[in-house]
Amino acid sequence: MTDRETPILEFDGARISFFLRAGEANVIPGLSFAIKPREALGLVGESGCGKSTVALAIMRYLGRAGRLTAGRILFQGRDMAELDAAGLRAVRGRRIAMIYQDPMSSLNPVMTIGRQLMEVPMIHEAIGADEARARALAMLGEVKLPDAAAIFERYPHQLSGGQQQRIVIAMALIARPALLIMDEPTTGLDVTVEAAVLDLVRELRQRHESAILFISHNLGTVAQICDRVGVMYAGELVEDGTVRNVFSAPRHPYTRGLLDCLPTLGRDKHSAALRSIPGQVGSPLARLPGCAFAPRCGFAEPGRCTTAPIAPRELAADHRVQCVRVAELPEWRHPPGDGGDDRGEATGPAALTMRGLGKIYHQSQGVFGGGGRSIAALRDVELVAERGRTLAIVGESGCGKSTLARILSGLQSASAGTVDLDGTAIGGLAIDRRTTALKRRLQMVFQNPDSTLNPSHSVGYAIERALRRLKGLTAAQARRQTGRLLDTVKLSGDFARRRPHQLSGGQKQRVAIARALAGDPEIILADEPVSALDVSVQAAIINLLTEVQAARGATLVFISHDLAVVRYLADSVAVMYLGHVVEFGPAAAIFAPPWHPYTEALLSAVPEPDPDARRDRIVLDGAPPSAAAIQRGCPFATRCPRKIGAICDDTPPPEQLIAGTHRIACHIPAAELVALQEAGPPSARPASTEPIDRVLAS
Amino acid sequence: MTVEGKIDLLAAPDRRAVPGIGFAWLRRLAPLLESIPAMIGIALILFWVLGAALAPWLAPYPPNASDLKALAHPTPSAAHWFGTDHLGRDILSRVLWGARTVLTVAPIAVLGATAFGSLVGLCAGYYRGWIDLVITRISDIVLSFPVIILYMIILAMYGSSAINIIAVITLTKAPIIARIVRGITLELREREYVAAAKMRGESALYIMLVEILPNARGPLIVEMCLRMGYTIITIGVLGFLGIGLPPPDPDWGGMVKDTYGMMSVWPHMSLIPCAAISSLVIGFNLLSIGLREIGLRD
Repeated sequence: MTDRETPILEFDGARISFFLRAGEANVIPGLSFAIKPREALGLVGESGCGKSTVALAIMRYLGRAGRLTAGRILFQGRDMAELDAAGLRAVRGRRIAMIYQDPMSSLNPVMTIGRQLMEVPMIHEAIGADEARARALAMLGEVKLPDAAAIFERYPHQLSGGQQQRIVIAMALIARPALLIMDEPTTGLDVTVEAAVLDLVRELRQRHESAILFISHNLGTVAQICDRVGVMYAGELVEDGTVRNVFSAPRHPYTRGLLDCLPTLGRDKHSAALRSIPGQVGSPLARLPGCAFAPRCGFAEPGRCTTAPIAPRELAADHRVQCVRVAELPEWRHPPGDGGDDRGEATGPAALTMRGLGKIYHQSQGVFGGGGRSIAALRDVELVAERGRTLAIVGESGCGKSTLARILSGLQSASAGTVDLDGTAIGGLAIDRRTTALKRRLQMVFQNPDSTLNPSHSVGYAIERALRRLKGLTAAQARRQTGRLLDTVKLSGDFARRRPHQLSGGQKQRVAIARALAGDPEIILADEPVSALDVSVQAAIINLLTEVQAARGATLVFISHDLAVVRYLADSVAVMYLGHVVEFGPAAAIFAPPWHPYTEALLSAVPEPDPDARRDRIVLDGAPPSAAAIQRGCPFATRCPRKIGAICDDTPPPEQLIAGTHRIACHIPAAELVALQEAGPPSARPASTEPIDRVLAS
Repeated sequence: MTVEGKIDLLAAPDRRAVPGIGFAWLRRLAPLLESIPAMIGIALILFWVLGAALAPWLAPYPPNASDLKALAHPTPSAAHWFGTDHLGRDILSRVLWGARTVLTVAPIAVLGATAFGSLVGLCAGYYRGWIDLVITRISDIVLSFPVIILYMIILAMYGSSAINIIAVITLTKAPIIARIVRGITLELREREYVAAAKMRGESALYIMLVEILPNARGPLIVEMCLRMGYTIITIGVLGFLGIGLPPPDPDWGGMVKDTYGMMSVWPHMSLIPCAAISSLVIGFNLLSIGLREIGLRD
């Protein structure tokens, strides 16, 4: 760190390939960028764009198949390729630290947190145990973990996901690295936990001198953390510059495409269909001679765009773009915003009515099944899904939204309460006791594209089988209808012969939708159908769902953790927390005050890719308590930033009917909530109150 | 929107577009060609398979014919490449004919064990609860019994014939397969495609056989290969104990039994059938190593 002018990290025409059985996969054709001291650079792009390869290449972790075939990667002015094993060891972990997506896999499960933290300075700086201990404790304080001394003695599995990620951050920073590489550090976390971790990273940046390379598929998180951003497509940096330049005046069609795909909190399905980027990232085995994005680009011009490599051009101070037509592109503006909500309040007839729905899991403990405990996954859920409209259910992991879907689908049956589907009680009716006619009426689209289709069966078989079972068609009839269903989900007929491993995530999800449509269902349950997909694909699937629903007049029950998607898609919304519906009402009412304090926190946690949209955020402490814990009062009381006192802990909150069907379960009167929420977010609570003994106690 | 969606397909850079089912299966086995253990294993197995199949033409003498002239000098010679045994029978011919018995009995027994074990394992993993408990306990009991003694009791009671040997091996190897299939089923039953099958009203039998079992084929094939090796050893042991196939038909284990007393004088009489057993067992084990390397899982 002698020379302030030397970049911490510099890629100088780096070309990286993986040598596979099928040939040379040129993942990065020639990448140049630099990170200055104390700077945070974000890399964004779809999966398969080479973001993680960049991170691994810096550390020389490319494995046996990967090689840097040209160019240089300089760390503090020195060529990483020239380091020997000892030199590499000195750099890894000490001067460059890395944080991965899954904190659990970065922590050693058989070592206490304290030992793991102490190890870092003891190995890298050869300091004594006492000094290491002091530094580890100080570091735990810095990452805002309450009661550092207690955490010190814990094992990783005794901490929540958010706490684990804080430990990983502490481990990375304790060596005082010059460069911190973060590869999707918040992707696996819930929104409110993510918001807290991002705030922490932002704060630690001020205090530590480390430069940051922040890799994410989420443009919103990058906008919040970074000074500069690079947009990667197929291993090339197609646009880079300051966050403000790139996100408020994006110039490359790909950057614009990514921003257009996002359902931001200001749009809904009535204002405009989401734009998506057609196609998928090209294969690195066969690179195109010209612009890699040309096949998917609406502005591509045959010849100019497709014959020769595109040179980056400087647009302004610190804003480069790699596009030949950049001067000819029309002005970009934010996708049409919200001109008020025209969804209206008109309520339709109920398609599904849930009354007092509850689900209790009994967990047996010990060999002889004694001393089991009960976990209430759902408590007293009252919801109505209107015919032909979309009911969205939102909440963080463990809130019971998936349990609700499984009860509606019959994969599990309710422990209490009723579900009424046009006069048929289906709540306690397991799937094998439902008639075929009933099964047809209600079908489901699942979350994980990799597990939704049987790898042993062709796409055609999956759909034909559904047609034959649900509609009783003959093989020939089913084959004909399969073609029509594939057409509905915009896949060509020859997909029927393909197998799941030949399909992309988005294509698999389209097939899953076609399969769900086979019986012409009245109600489509969708459990997080887009959460595992890239934004560009996500938009196309959401559009497809909207279209299919409109064409068939089906009712959609859409389960999601993503408020922006819900805002776009939903007609009515239920917000769930720990098995309770804390707020329910028409979408327009949910996204305007008064909010339940939990809804308010969720909304403020959504990271928006707009550098000017930095609002004061509500950061919730800790994670939701275990569902096994016995609650007397409000389920949200342990984390609520607007908690008013002991009443919250002791008395269940009343259901306040605000207007029409909009209701909030909170002790604070609605009028007061409006006043509080218009005044701004509550001041942060002094100390975290999350009990660290949460896991042990439960 | 429609237009965008259509482009989606055209742009899909999938070259492997529509392979036939048979080809897809073979292609997944192609990496075996690069695995040295697998190639050695396949070579050994092929050697014995061809030897067994062509025994009537390859074997220089009938397997049970005695050459009285060779009795005095049973060691390998130009007339008898591998020598003759204590009754003057040509060892090469007997080993080749013996391969026929081993390579008929072992595969049938292993296939039987796999079919039976898979079915039982599927039921245990899919239904769980008391069905699982009963099946698991019975498997444990069978597995905890000294297998050779079990064979001896059963074969002593019902006599030794190829059918009985197959039946006994099937029953005693099935629990091992059942355990493996049960573990896989416990995992696969939670997959979303199983939920989708339930939602269109498929029967439990359909879900087990059509949705779950095909995805267990990778580990099952590896396991079958390993079991082949063990089964060949078992058949050899039974032959050695004298409760294998009834004489005089050649049986590798029986050949060792008949001649091991002459080990100090004429070691070739028992060593050659021993080598035959070992090489076949090693062949199957090497193949299973190769199969495991390429990880035939879903």
